[in-house]
Amino acid sequence: MEITWVWTGMVTLSLLFGVVFGRLDAVASAALEGARSAVELGISMAGVLCLWSGVMEMMNACGISAGLARCFRPLLRRLLPNASRDEETLAAVSANVSANLLGLGNAATPLGIRAARRMARGCGGTASDELCLLVVLNTASIQLIPATIASVRSAAGCGTPFDILPAVWLASVLSVTAGLLAARLLSRKGGGR
Amino acid sequence: MRDLGSLVIPLLLSAVAVYGLGKRVDVYAALTHGAEEGLTVLLRVIPALVGLLTAVSMFRASGAMEWLSGLLAPVLELLGIPEETAPLLLVRPVSGNGALAVASDLMRAHGPDSYVGRVAAVMLGSTETTFYTIAVYFGSAGITKTRHTVPAALAADLTGFAAAALAVRLFFGGP
Repeated sequence: MEITWVWTGMVTLSLLFGVVFGRLDAVASAALEGARSAVELGISMAGVLCLWSGVMEMMNACGISAGLARCFRPLLRRLLPNASRDEETLAAVSANVSANLLGLGNAATPLGIRAARRMARGCGGTASDELCLLVVLNTASIQLIPATIASVRSAAGCGTPFDILPAVWLASVLSVTAGLLAARLLSRKGGGR
Repeated sequence: MRDLGSLVIPLLLSAVAVYGLGKRVDVYAALTHGAEEGLTVLLRVIPALVGLLTAVSMFRASGAMEWLSGLLAPVLELLGIPEETAPLLLVRPVSGNGALAVASDLMRAHGPDSYVGRVAAVMLGSTETTFYTIAVYFGSAGITKTRHTVPAALAADLTGFAAAALAVRLFFGGP
């Protein structure tokens, strides 16, 4: 729904600016050019995106994501001590984290929701500290190989679309750390529960 | 350090395939099955991109984007974020496809290997569609009091944006 507002706002502002600054011709041709470039972008992204979905499926079939999920259990036990007492919640959270790392967004969300539902039981609609932490973890990006971005870069004519990986990793680690720290600090300030 | 990115992909492809073969998994069938799923994802993304890239393209041509970037420039300068990425910062927490459209517009306008193009790509890779995620999780868990989730998640986003610019300067040099 928010995007409807954003879209309407952008188009209307474009019209207003176009009228005020006498750029209506440019705005009109940009609208058509934008629509054309969207399909072009989609098609030039297709190869890399499909290859990557294929690789992810390979990893899934080999049991790599399940192995990764096992590796995260000890860490998650410390991060979410209460929720981890429930074995099924812990399994869902660790599978959620490993799917996020591998960039399997379609798999990660249902797993995360399953965990969130179990953690929200009997709390009367108020999020617990640990549930807030789980959601913050999911609003930060911890994807190891950002394949969609690489495919957009290669569509824009970049020869080495993956050369940003180290930069993405560094920025992701800093961002996740900030999110988790902020969640900790704010929960303490608000009198944790 | 840049070579690391080039090593990851071929190494990963071959390592996963060899490992899968060792476990007697039909990795090639898995690959093609996954690629098919990639196509269905794309089919969902393209219509959204048509709408969004049309809007972004108009927004840039009308001069509204420049105005918006100029408006946020003083704050962004403080954080070391290039002002050209201002529209990306605003769209990112709300819409994943919108952010994809804005970032691809930035890469086209400045070049994918330019400072701004790289920062846009790293920003996209180190943040998520925060409000959408919060709505989906709390909505399906029946939570109405989200307490400190939104501020903490936005702190992560803001850090991600500033860190993206910092990381690009670190690995590829400044503008």
